[in-house]
Amino acid sequence: MGDVIVFVEHRGGHFPKTTLIGINAGLELAAKRGGSCSAVVAGEGADTVAAEVAKYGVARVIVLEEPRLAHYLADAAAQALAALVKTTGAETVLATATALGKDLMPRLAARLNVPMASEIIAINDDGTFVRPMYAGNVLATVELDGPVRIVTVRGTAFDAAKPAATVAPIEKVAATLDPAGLKMEFVAFNEIKSDRPELTEARIVVSGGRGLKSGENFKSVLEPLVDEMGAAMGASRAAVDAGFVPNDLQVGQTGKVVAPELYVAVGISGAIQHLAGMKDSKTIVAINKDEEAPIFSVADFGLVADLFKAVPEMVEAMKKVKH
Amino acid sequence: MKILVPVKRVPDPATTIRVLPDGSGIATDNVKWVINPFDEIAIEEALRIKEKQGAGEVILISVGQQAWQEQLRTGLAMGADRAILVRTETPLDPLAIARVIAKVASDEQPGLVIIGKQAIDDDSNQVGQMIAEFLGWPQATFASKIEIAGEKCTAVREADGGLETVAFALPAVITTDLRLNEPRYASLPGIMKARKKPLLDITAESLGVDLAPKLKIRKLTAPAKRQAGRKVASVEELVAVLHTEAKVI
Repeated sequence: MGDVIVFVEHRGGHFPKTTLIGINAGLELAAKRGGSCSAVVAGEGADTVAAEVAKYGVARVIVLEEPRLAHYLADAAAQALAALVKTTGAETVLATATALGKDLMPRLAARLNVPMASEIIAINDDGTFVRPMYAGNVLATVELDGPVRIVTVRGTAFDAAKPAATVAPIEKVAATLDPAGLKMEFVAFNEIKSDRPELTEARIVVSGGRGLKSGENFKSVLEPLVDEMGAAMGASRAAVDAGFVPNDLQVGQTGKVVAPELYVAVGISGAIQHLAGMKDSKTIVAINKDEEAPIFSVADFGLVADLFKAVPEMVEAMKKVKH
Repeated sequence: MKILVPVKRVPDPATTIRVLPDGSGIATDNVKWVINPFDEIAIEEALRIKEKQGAGEVILISVGQQAWQEQLRTGLAMGADRAILVRTETPLDPLAIARVIAKVASDEQPGLVIIGKQAIDDDSNQVGQMIAEFLGWPQATFASKIEIAGEKCTAVREADGGLETVAFALPAVITTDLRLNEPRYASLPGIMKARKKPLLDITAESLGVDLAPKLKIRKLTAPAKRQAGRKVASVEELVAVLHTEAKVI
């Protein structure tokens, strides 16, 4: 049958670009499998989200109504989705590989007793998927053998869905949850607020590494460049481990994977694990005083220079460019 | 409280990984094998909980081949109490591995299963969550802080755009993120003691769970290489090429 259900991630009625990326991947998969693509939304603000998501080309939007789904929790969401799969007969359930997608989807797979492909970067016509392994140094073509397939998609590998000509109908469905299976309690969410663009969505990312030597230097040297370029700020694991910047800025195999139009790596040596998080960027620039630094092997343009001189110079040069 | 810690043997993260010409696997001749870094963090967290509570048992479990004993001994040297090697000649997929570990957990009845969030070889990030669902236990993935008070656990998780706090009663599954702790090194006395700690060797088949592979890897390939770039001589030149050539600013 080939039907696809896309799980829509949102927080209180607002959804990130990653949700539209998942929808686009779902539409592509459904087209290849000869089925239809539906979106499913649950939680506080679901109605607002559903009305918006309905404009992006899906066949329908299902709103799961159940007070215990108000805040996302893995066990409740897995239960509700598993039940929905059974009633709709969907062949694939898909979500973007965000922290939420990664938290939920394996649980859903186990509940349905079917395998899952994590962070796919391509959908093949023959039903197989391509996914990265070994920090992106190996691509695996995988096949999921089961009545239902569970898939998460890497956000950088697909474009966001575009608004469609028609608006999909919204169906409200009462979710049935078994209270005995609900054991988690949401306590709090401490949002990290920033005026800068979101790291995974920004057109330009400027990242700093251990070469910056301190958190103070991130502020006084790197941030002026970040802001002059209207960029998001990222960091290498070394800089985060050294306490220069908070965890959520980490770009890499086990941090965030980004693929912006322009990635500027400042004072970053270019360990395999860092490259895993940014090597699909369209244009890569590296500024490092060590000409042997591995980062230069992936940089389109490399500047061997002392960043403490080069970065302030670049801030000034950027002011002169009309951008 | 018993804490069960799954441990995976993976290539050292600094290894240059090469795909075999026929795409059937990776070349292993130059590989140095280590404990998956996230599982090391899991072992460390288990040891800290045991030390804080003044009692308990840290049990390691690996699902793999004979050689994996090496990594189990390293974990025992860090301070774990005993280890279980569930031997399988063919690698199992995450679903089967989770089933195996869930079966052992249902026999051992630990208060916690603490596991690395992902293995740095296949980067699947599935097993912990699957174990939780098979056991019907709560989960806290990508945990950066764990607090246990009696039978209750509060965990801070690295979520998108912020830190999420969740709470639940034990038993539960926790998957570790980088920031949870910094693992200790095995001491020399620890290494000596590890040799005498129990290491149980059983076959995966003996557990009576479904091991049939459902996630099948058809082939491996190397990703397309980026075109070589070039060095620029100055900031001025850099900004100029970005503007006129790459057209990104």
